[in-house]
Amino acid sequence: MAYAERVLDYYDNPRNVGTLDKSSTRVGTGLVHVPEYLEVVRIQIEVSPARHVIMDARFKTFGCGAAIAATSITTEWLKGKTIDEAAQLDHMEIVEALNLPPAKIHITILIEDAVKAAINDYRHKNGMEPLKAETEEESERDYELEEEHN
Amino acid sequence: MLKLPIYLDNNATTPCDPRVVEAMLPYFSETFGNAASRNHSFGWAAEAAVDLAREQVAALIGADPKEIIFTSGATEADNLALKGVFEMYADKGNHIITTEIEHKAVLDTCKHLEKQGAEITYLKVNNEGLPDLKELEAAITAKTILVSIMYANNEIGVISPIKEISAIAKKHGVLMMSDISQAAGKVPVDVNRDGIDLAAFSAHKLYGPKGVGALYVRRKSPRVKVTAQMDGGGHERGMRSGTLNVPGIVAFGKACELCQQEMETEGKRLAILRDKLENALLQLEQTFVNGSKTNRLPHASNISFRYVEGEALMMGFNKNLALSSGSACTSASPEPSYVLKGLGLGDDLAHSSIRFGLGRFTTEEEIDYAIQAVTETVNKLREISPLWEMFKEGADMNTIEWSRL
Repeated sequence: MAYAERVLDYYDNPRNVGTLDKSSTRVGTGLVHVPEYLEVVRIQIEVSPARHVIMDARFKTFGCGAAIAATSITTEWLKGKTIDEAAQLDHMEIVEALNLPPAKIHITILIEDAVKAAINDYRHKNGMEPLKAETEEESERDYELEEEHN
Repeated sequence: MLKLPIYLDNNATTPCDPRVVEAMLPYFSETFGNAASRNHSFGWAAEAAVDLAREQVAALIGADPKEIIFTSGATEADNLALKGVFEMYADKGNHIITTEIEHKAVLDTCKHLEKQGAEITYLKVNNEGLPDLKELEAAITAKTILVSIMYANNEIGVISPIKEISAIAKKHGVLMMSDISQAAGKVPVDVNRDGIDLAAFSAHKLYGPKGVGALYVRRKSPRVKVTAQMDGGGHERGMRSGTLNVPGIVAFGKACELCQQEMETEGKRLAILRDKLENALLQLEQTFVNGSKTNRLPHASNISFRYVEGEALMMGFNKNLALSSGSACTSASPEPSYVLKGLGLGDDLAHSSIRFGLGRFTTEEEIDYAIQAVTETVNKLREISPLWEMFKEGADMNTIEWSRL
């Protein structure tokens, strides 16, 4: 299957690859994986404490080209948003932005989880309540179920 | 001048050698007769061409021309051998022994036969890709009619100890079949020395065209018979009906002849290039060759690059470099390569594998390019890989703190 040119662009020139100091109170880290560690996504945000605006976002991803591109484009989206705005991320926006095929949707769910985990890590470090827990049904979602093999 | 893209997937298929194309061309429009037409010169000319090709094909594997049954390819030949023996030797038994890492043409035919009442033993292989000969012998029962083990594996290039395997089969009066698609024309295969009773192979793996192959069926000690799977005009001694693909067969013959002439020098040349490629890539940390390095085709190498994913790796260079990967992402199947898993590789390493298949037209310049392109892409992807970063920091995968959601 051929990917949209945008995927290739983000794969060839991934934006915001890198590592932030995870011990900093301004930095939130989200590190998540699918079963068997076949895809691993780490997203880090550096937040300005005054208004909780994301000043920087960095990622590292182990997975196929689409996973790398999707994480990279998400970090671009994160920059300049408040953590509350960032928490509204819907994985389907990533799917649409890169025109990903159904078989790759599970990766964007993983990325959404990484973003939320990074926000929660920052909130936790700064004495804030975690993001409102998702419904049980959602939090137990199975990445595998989202895969459609066609 | 280096011409891109570079083809390094010769285990999947090979280009037709121009000398092969030249040999087959007259048989489309000039000498177009039906080889079964016995009463005019068009038929005679076609028959003569098929006879020559049959000699060339037989000579490559040390067989008698009468023992060659032309088919549409190795898949059909595998089907004919397995189904044909199962039906023909039904009185003797219903048990067939094979391995877990056979080509799908063998495995899926065995699964089909299971539904028809066959009992199939799928032998495991060790981490080199080789079956245990004691296990093989122990699996043989009074009902065993056939042992079917590939000569060389298509994914890892590992060569099975066919002589030893066939000796065990022969000792117990069991027929020995081998899919020799990857080995024929690349390494010396001799059905008598190797003790093979049935052998399936195809032209397109040895610089001939697609759509033509053969089944070798032994005629003497023992005389082997297979029940036809294609009924019709009784071609190929009744074992495979259907008008012969004369241009394809002529090309197959020519391709076999060229392989026979050039195998020795070509094998040495390719082993040097393959070793150069492999040794250069093994300079990368956490990089492993899959399967035996000693019992192996001279042009094949299968390498896992830990902490990078196979499809992502290929995306880095597949505009310029044609390779295949054991990663599930590259195929319709959600599972990584069953061959690599059969060797005992974890999902992560199976997903991180790349198969290199060098061929007759591979040059040293191309190998140099491949080394550079693969090395650069592996390094680039490892810079992006969180697993690589953790590995470099000495983190243990089991003690990493994953985010709780």
